[in-house]
Amino acid sequence: MNTAIGRPVDRVDSQAKVTGGARYTAEISLPGLTYAAVVGARIPSGRVEAVDASRALAAGGVLAVLTHENLPEIAGQPHLLPSLLGAAAPGQSFFPMQDAAVHYAGQPVALVVAESHEQAQYAASLVDVTYRREPSITSIDEGRDRVYEAQRLFGGLMPGRDERGDVETALAEAPVRIEAGYRFAANHHNALEPPATTAVWQDGRLTLYDSTMGIRATQLTVAHLLGLPLSHVRVITHFVGGGFGSKAMTWPHVTLAAMAARHVGRPVRLALTRAQTYTSNGHREEQEQSISLGATRDGRLTAIRHHKLSITSRFDDWAEPATGVSSQLYDVEHYEGVHSLIQGNTMTPTFTRGPGETLGVFTLETAMDELAYELGVDPVELRLRNHAGADPRGNPWSSDGLAECLRLGAERFGWHGRDPRPRARRDGDWLIGTGMAAAAYPVAFFMPEQRARARVYEDGSAVVQTGTQEFGTGVLTVATQVAADALGLPLESVRFEAGDTDLPNTSAAVGSAGAGMVSAAVHAAATALRDRLVAMAVADAASPLHGADPAAVDVADGRMRLRDRPGTGESYADLMIRHRLADTEAVGSWTPPPLDTPHGLLTFGAQFAEVAVDPDLGLVRVRRMVGVFAPGRVLNPKLARSQLVGGMVWGLSQALLEGNEMDTRHGRWGASNLGEYLVPVNADIPEITVEFVEVEDDVVPLGIKGVGEIGQVGAAAAVANAVFHATGRRLRRLPLAAELVMDPPASS
Amino acid sequence: MGIDLTAEAASRHQAPTVRGPSEEPVVLTINGTHHTVGLEPRVSLLDALRDRLGLTGSKKGCDQGTCGACTVWVDGRRVLACLTLAIACEGRQVTTIEGLAADGEPHPMQRAFVEHDAFQCGYCTPGQIMSAIALIEEGNAETDEDIAEFMSGNICRCAAYPGIRQAIKDVRDARERP
Ligand code: FES
Ligand code: FES
Repeated sequence: MNTAIGRPVDRVDSQAKVTGGARYTAEISLPGLTYAAVVGARIPSGRVEAVDASRALAAGGVLAVLTHENLPEIAGQPHLLPSLLGAAAPGQSFFPMQDAAVHYAGQPVALVVAESHEQAQYAASLVDVTYRREPSITSIDEGRDRVYEAQRLFGGLMPGRDERGDVETALAEAPVRIEAGYRFAANHHNALEPPATTAVWQDGRLTLYDSTMGIRATQLTVAHLLGLPLSHVRVITHFVGGGFGSKAMTWPHVTLAAMAARHVGRPVRLALTRAQTYTSNGHREEQEQSISLGATRDGRLTAIRHHKLSITSRFDDWAEPATGVSSQLYDVEHYEGVHSLIQGNTMTPTFTRGPGETLGVFTLETAMDELAYELGVDPVELRLRNHAGADPRGNPWSSDGLAECLRLGAERFGWHGRDPRPRARRDGDWLIGTGMAAAAYPVAFFMPEQRARARVYEDGSAVVQTGTQEFGTGVLTVATQVAADALGLPLESVRFEAGDTDLPNTSAAVGSAGAGMVSAAVHAAATALRDRLVAMAVADAASPLHGADPAAVDVADGRMRLRDRPGTGESYADLMIRHRLADTEAVGSWTPPPLDTPHGLLTFGAQFAEVAVDPDLGLVRVRRMVGVFAPGRVLNPKLARSQLVGGMVWGLSQALLEGNEMDTRHGRWGASNLGEYLVPVNADIPEITVEFVEVEDDVVPLGIKGVGEIGQVGAAAAVANAVFHATGRRLRRLPLAAELVMDPPASS
Repeated sequence: MGIDLTAEAASRHQAPTVRGPSEEPVVLTINGTHHTVGLEPRVSLLDALRDRLGLTGSKKGCDQGTCGACTVWVDGRRVLACLTLAIACEGRQVTTIEGLAADGEPHPMQRAFVEHDAFQCGYCTPGQIMSAIALIEEGNAETDEDIAEFMSGNICRCAAYPGIRQAIKDVRDARERP
């Protein structure tokens, strides 16, 4: 049988995307549409003393100016929980414009609604806000005297500390010790589509068009904040222009759009400007990490201590968890992972691609590179020697593949025979270096039940639906493939529909869990429908399959037939027409395995990079990258490859380009546009090789471990290790800006 | 990549006429069709296309000339629609992504983007395709380095860069081998 799963089919939405036909949120046009513009606070801390909206109100086309003085009170503030949990997910447990207090620069202090986009933007510039500034803390350096240890992270989901054995003693007794500390600048997602929401009220019911990675999270959060029955809030999202975590939570502007629409009695579109995205949808927090490795002379790790310090908002203990991989990847008896926080005047940070672990693994894997040099052991060999065969509880991995990834990567890259000496290779003015890192990312399982619906029509075509959303992962395509195979239909006969909370419920697609959980729900629904039709056939005296064992029947091209006698059977269409069924449908659901499954859950990979460094100018050019990954079942290698390449580019970029610094005098980000916050452009990106290592996994849904994050993990470390190999200097900050990389002036 | 719309436009008029600041009828020629729209002079070509004409294929990624998502052609040359005033495009031919398919047949570049999976979320894609086709016309797609360099005004945050380059090479090579 020709299966769709595993084939590199084109995206089902590719025509819409290359013709300009795909509609994103800010492109929904509605009769009577009005436009909102947010005014953000210019101070990081203090109070709004007065708002003079008279000039704005007098400007052409202005319908309303909302401030803390006239915005209605929210009905209640939901707790901060990751949207994957399937509950309300407000991004931060603070809603603006409820009083005069200002907690971070950019916090909404006023909202202008006007007839046109230009009128709204102009009037927003006329709103005159007087502030009283109070002292602020916007960087780690400013808050060192108020560090505390985090009890729980991620909205209470994870403990802040993880320990086993006796790290202190083990490190003291270790024959070899590596100690290093790193500083990481804040990162911004910069999804190319700035978040937007269009809100429409009708008869007390609210419809929101929202650029979100989780329509259900938007529905739950807005309903809670506004005190509306869930049945009165519908969220629609057709296409989302990238998320990377920035649209995984429901930020205040979404609810503000709904409040503004209620106030003016017309539909409102609120599209954030590029600059506002830097203070409106979370960010990866500024952080420091330190690590100590203890090892034996023959290169066996005995202890790891891994600490993270980061800055969060005034109202939430949010930190990306950085120790989920360092605590598990290597077989080490003594471990201590600790997260510490400073509360400061930023909004609450949030998930950013490869949340937490991407920098955690950077710290671990650059330290491993140092250890390899210290011991004179090949870096690939050092990883192979220490890779754990089970998780710290002793549970075997649901599937592994790290060793295969390391070996295949080394072979594809041409690692063997590498001269480990730094500064040994040159190409003209360029110093050439190579580096590698292991990669791993936890598989997340804490979502609730996921549901989908499948319907077959009497002509043998099918519609499969679930409330997920397409933001570039290819979920529409892989879900179509899964449904086609489960129903036994050709791909062209199946249409997959998503992006509407009226459809069966799935959670936000975050943490690489999207494809797996949606596919599992779709598979369940499609299988339930096929089983029902087969049962109907074998019970029907008029069917050629009458009396057959349902287990002996399979379906291909819409025709049910005996597996060992394919000549005997009939089509769905014939059966349904005979039963006078114009269509028939089934709902299926998938529930994740319990959290205490006796398995270790990590996705594995290996990263290799070659760089050229101009030591006089500090320029770093990545010449090639090889990534090998074991993400379990690959539903569509073409799309999976694209996502993994994307992740590797994010890793390259994290190593070399991306970072924002606070201007602490003003308490504002130094950069708030794509001219100053550097993201990679075409000329920054070399050819990238992605290979897969096949592993079977019968613990995770449909054997899928996900490809959203693992491509990024380890890539920055491979690049930085290559920069060390090229230059002989170990740099302990990201990004590796030119001024850090260039050779220090020769002392004369 | 910019073209000086103001100087040329001014020279075509005998005496400068003052228009605006309120809404004025403006005649725009988009993909060969004339449209008369009421626009304030401050409205960008991008907002005129997206909000007034329902042509939402051109994307707004930054509205400040840094991302390339809004790339369209004015008189055959690529420009950033977010940095171009709509009213300055009177009398010019504007081409957008919606105008590429001839008689419903996709442009070879559109097909090549699908073939090489040169996008994920698709938000940068119309701008990439408008740049990619222009690149070949400009003669800036001769070498792989040229392609990477001259496509660097179009950001793809999903990072489909290798696929984008491959799509352009394919189309370029197919043209050279008639
Ligand atoms: S929207 Fe015009 S360059 Fe970004
Ligand atoms: S495809 Fe998402 S930004 Fe290019």
